[in-house]
Amino acid sequence: MKESIFSPKNLKLLSGPLNLNNPITIQVLGICSALAVTVQVKPAFVMALSVTIVTAISNLIISLLRNTIPSRIRIIVQLVVIAALVIIVDQVLKAYIYDVSKKLSVFVGLIITNCIIMGRLEAFAMSQKPWPSFLDGIGNGLGYGLILVLVAFLREFFGSGKVFGFQVIPDIFYQWGYENNGLMILPPMALITIGVIIWVQRSRSRELIDKS
Amino acid sequence: MHSNRYIFIYSSILVIVVAMALTVVAVQLKPLQENNIRIEKMQNILSSIHVKATVNNAEEMYSKYIVSSFVINASANEIKDVDAFKVNIAAEHKKSTDDRKLPVFVAKLDNGDTSLVFPVYGKGLWGPVWGYISLQKDFNTVLGVVFDHKGETPGLGAEINTEWFQERFNGKTLFNEDGKFTSVQVLKGTHNDDPHVVDAISGSTITCSGVSLMLVDCMELYEPFLKAKLKR
Repeated sequence: MKESIFSPKNLKLLSGPLNLNNPITIQVLGICSALAVTVQVKPAFVMALSVTIVTAISNLIISLLRNTIPSRIRIIVQLVVIAALVIIVDQVLKAYIYDVSKKLSVFVGLIITNCIIMGRLEAFAMSQKPWPSFLDGIGNGLGYGLILVLVAFLREFFGSGKVFGFQVIPDIFYQWGYENNGLMILPPMALITIGVIIWVQRSRSRELIDKS
Repeated sequence: MHSNRYIFIYSSILVIVVAMALTVVAVQLKPLQENNIRIEKMQNILSSIHVKATVNNAEEMYSKYIVSSFVINASANEIKDVDAFKVNIAAEHKKSTDDRKLPVFVAKLDNGDTSLVFPVYGKGLWGPVWGYISLQKDFNTVLGVVFDHKGETPGLGAEINTEWFQERFNGKTLFNEDGKFTSVQVLKGTHNDDPHVVDAISGSTITCSGVSLMLVDCMELYEPFLKAKLKR
């Protein structure tokens, strides 16, 4: 029997990583870049988009090739595919959004080593059909992006009083003595923010808490 | 289990396909990327004379403010037929000082004054640092500076490209009262009153000494040219 494109099972691949199977807060993957590029929303958003594109397309390609890939060199094949996609994304960013690409600097290149991508290829794409793999890639990319943008939003809002580079806290607040929290701009606060997000998520979804 | 033969052929084809795809992308996007770098250079030069240009109006603003440019050598003689904008500062930096092409950009400010803009290039902690320094019409007082870097430590050395650090250079002087070249040094401590020293950034000693050294090394080469201008 042919499964419909958006069957409940396929939709779960898309929605799972957004909440109960989130790559950052549950699987604790890709933390490095989540800490580094979340000072402002715009670079975080571009990073999230880049990772989503790379996970989705690499999942798709590997899934299409899965029956031909010699198992002894499968990690190398996966890396070649990921590296090629990341270089393409990097080149496109340099050509079209140069300023953001400068802010992301090495972190675009480091998508190659982002555990989410390799993890999804090994765990999912190597054994599943192309379409579910593609959805799984999109889902995980978005799940990563969701947390990234959320952290970036909180850090930019409290750290610089801006969102997407636009000032949102009115000048009058500053005249009344409000100060931006400079601590939010520093890397440790990203870790603490992610910690708080994990805490909130676990207290809302009791099933995530370890029994022991 | 696949045979070795299969693995070799498989990986060869894969690599060739990937290499071709990457080549096509790189060649296609190169003109756009080079244009971005050109525009950024214009923005940097304009920023050193306190003109903020966006990506879209950089070209227009550049032709408005930068009225001419020329290239000299270390003995202040002009080198003809070289486009100052196209001189690759990083490549020039590797040559011996006598062979270097030294670009000078002439800016016409809003108040009618002329300002000269000089590129500088040196090394920080992790990689190259570079920038532009503009002088007021007395050929001595700093009008403004702009710095950038390849990969200095974020939050420490990387702060050299922020406004609050660059502002410290405004109004400092390159020559002392006797007309001796002193450059503007970047040193620890508070030096607001010293006309030849600016405060360094805490925690980025090597980057700041790099900037300091870069200014000496590069502006030294312009010394004969500036001295000739000063005498006049």
